[in-house]
Amino acid sequence: MPGDGVLGLAAWEWLQYGFMRQALLAVVLLSWLFGLAGSMVVNARMAFFSDAIGHAALTGIAIGSLLGLGNPLWAMLLFSIFLALAIVWVRRVAAASIDTVIALFMALAVAWGVMILSRGGGFNKYTRYLIGDILGISPQDLLGLAILALAATAVFYVTYNRIALTGFNSSWARSRGLKVGLWQGLFAAMVAAIVTVSIQWVGVLVVNSMLILPAAAARNLAADVRAYVWLTVALSLISGVVGLIASYYWATASGATIVIVAMGFFLLSLICKRR
Amino acid sequence: MSRGTRKSCGACCTKIVRLGVELGGRRILEEVSLHLHCGQLTAVVGPNGAGKTTLLRAILGEVPYTGHIHFLDSGKQRRDRPTIGYVPQKMEFDATAPLSVLDLFTQALRLRPAWLGWDRDLLETATRSLAEVEAGHLLRRRLGQLSGGELQRVMLALAITPIPDLMLLDEPVSGVDQSGIEVFYRMVSGLRERHHLSVILVSHDLHQAAKYADQVVFLNRRVLVQGKTSQALANPLLRQAFGYGPELLAAAASRRAVEIDSKTCLACHLEEK
Repeated sequence: MPGDGVLGLAAWEWLQYGFMRQALLAVVLLSWLFGLAGSMVVNARMAFFSDAIGHAALTGIAIGSLLGLGNPLWAMLLFSIFLALAIVWVRRVAAASIDTVIALFMALAVAWGVMILSRGGGFNKYTRYLIGDILGISPQDLLGLAILALAATAVFYVTYNRIALTGFNSSWARSRGLKVGLWQGLFAAMVAAIVTVSIQWVGVLVVNSMLILPAAAARNLAADVRAYVWLTVALSLISGVVGLIASYYWATASGATIVIVAMGFFLLSLICKRR
Repeated sequence: MSRGTRKSCGACCTKIVRLGVELGGRRILEEVSLHLHCGQLTAVVGPNGAGKTTLLRAILGEVPYTGHIHFLDSGKQRRDRPTIGYVPQKMEFDATAPLSVLDLFTQALRLRPAWLGWDRDLLETATRSLAEVEAGHLLRRRLGQLSGGELQRVMLALAITPIPDLMLLDEPVSGVDQSGIEVFYRMVSGLRERHHLSVILVSHDLHQAAKYADQVVFLNRRVLVQGKTSQALANPLLRQAFGYGPELLAAAASRRAVEIDSKTCLACHLEEK
């Protein structure tokens, strides 16, 4: 950048590394996806649902290791989509409170996953899934992420209004001819897919915070849907990029650093909350 | 998701034949038969737990039932999935949600997500529907800021977009103050006449409902009384249950109820044969 001093150059130093440029691209794609999905998840009061899906990835990994797969991604994906659809189904038919149902599913999935993975004291090699590593993303991963981003955007385009109406009042939505179960299933499966795929880069521990925090902050500020969704996406992007750069200079895990930045925005939103 | 407007004509009807609902081993409704024409407002009254809301849920297809529900439109066509305009009881929703009245119209009538905005057509439709319930000024307001009466008028505006085959009102004024109740019922009554709507109003307040109903149904698991408002009010069963004086009867008798000439009701005429 012409005119920049030494300090200015230093601020852009991280961009000279290929892995950082790839990580930046990945963060931008993930932030877009998480922003869009997060706004819908919060609308549909599914924050606990997506948390359960994130934790259940451990079971997916365990199933993958039992099957002897080198890369457990497909096992994780299949298991999380299965679990998502199961929760949506139980939610429709069970008389129990949905919180309890999800907590039960999560307890079972996590305990089972940890049991299998820890057999013989070998859990350490799986800790990378807890924290995630976005700096290790490969060009092939990026291509896969871009394809997922396209597919998910299409699904969120088609489901946004329907999920919003269902979250608003599901009997009323049904009275308008909406096939509530179908759209909920499609949406839940897509959320499960993006949460699960992201886990290798951002980690089980913080993935749900990345999904929920920007939407929760935007909800405090926006008065209509347009402002809400675009503000969520913007906050998600800013937290993602700022968090990534900060994690480079502080040598911290990117996912957790992004969440701390997003938390900062959430606290700010509480201060300037609309009345 | 956008459905075109279809003119209702006064010659279509909804027929419920020997409807029964059993939930969790308990019989909630049995042998319920009702016949509703468009242009008519039918008040379904009864004590708490009488199965009034369950009846609506059966019509909405939310609970399994025995018996039949037929919808016949003016073209004598049987319709399995009629357009229903539904105004639920005091809406339970997150009052802090960033959601405007216009957003709700967009989400209900368009596929394109509300965060991409709306088209001129939608804006006109929403404005027109809201104007019908004197709520045009609420278009850009946030839903959580509306009073109980304003919210129910918005729900009423949505219920007539598009014009439904059947309108269901489930205790629609439970969160509304006294002056709002009058306004709400007057509007429902006006809409029914303008659009020849077939309306089912579920209420525990017979005094209110009788002022606007053409037909009264007293439900307690089964239909105990059914008939034109003035006739139904004269029934000792109803009088015993609700304890009203002669002034309610007089009011009902003096009001001109919408009556359906069975000759204009082509659809049910056909069905009856």
